[in-house]
Amino acid sequence: MTLTIHVQYFAILREQRGLSRETLSTTAATAVELYTELQAKHGFSLPADRLRVAINDEFTAWNAPLRDGAAVVFIPPVAGG
Amino acid sequence: MFRLAETPIDPAALLHSLGEARAGACVTFAGWVRNHNDGRPVEQLDYEAYPALAVKEGERIVAEARAKFPVLGIVAVHRTGSLAIGDLAVWVGVTAEHRDGAYAASRYLIDELKARVPIWKKEHYAGAQPVWINCATRGEHAQAAPPR
Repeated sequence: MTLTIHVQYFAILREQRGLSRETLSTTAATAVELYTELQAKHGFSLPADRLRVAINDEFTAWNAPLRDGAAVVFIPPVAGG
Repeated sequence: MFRLAETPIDPAALLHSLGEARAGACVTFAGWVRNHNDGRPVEQLDYEAYPALAVKEGERIVAEARAKFPVLGIVAVHRTGSLAIGDLAVWVGVTAEHRDGAYAASRYLIDELKARVPIWKKEHYAGAQPVWINCATRGEHAQAAPPR
């Protein structure tokens, strides 16, 4: 099944992708499958196990199913303070 | 209360907002931009946040501190944007009837904010490429982070 997903990028991922947000079609069933697909396409340096993921502005498990129209954010290691 | 600020933080105003007749203690923490990190001279920093989730997670941490410690008021503010050496990056203020609760909550707040809130820091150096802190994947500045 093909899903329409809204992805927003921050910090190192925003720079490596070269944009802040995009809407894409994917057959990925989970967030980790989507990251793997985008990492291969865009050469993201960070492996998935260094990231967290948020769906619809809430931290979510990597293997949670993606739903059509979801807003996905991959979260690099944070460094506030 | 936790919030992000795109403009300079005003500690005096925040302190005033914590005013409370029942409070006998107020502990404040100020995080400044320092001129070095890991032995390298730093020229400036950029902070970038994922605002929707940063505010949610920051407010969750504030609620946790309220549940864990006997405090009265909590205000925490984190900057975004470009900061210079000496600028205020984060400010945390806690009031309580007695100092023990205020000290403990202050420590909890800054530690959890740094570890959990989706805010990223890019350091700029003299004569070297800028670096997103904690995001290196190879070389001597790579820092292992546990999978979460």
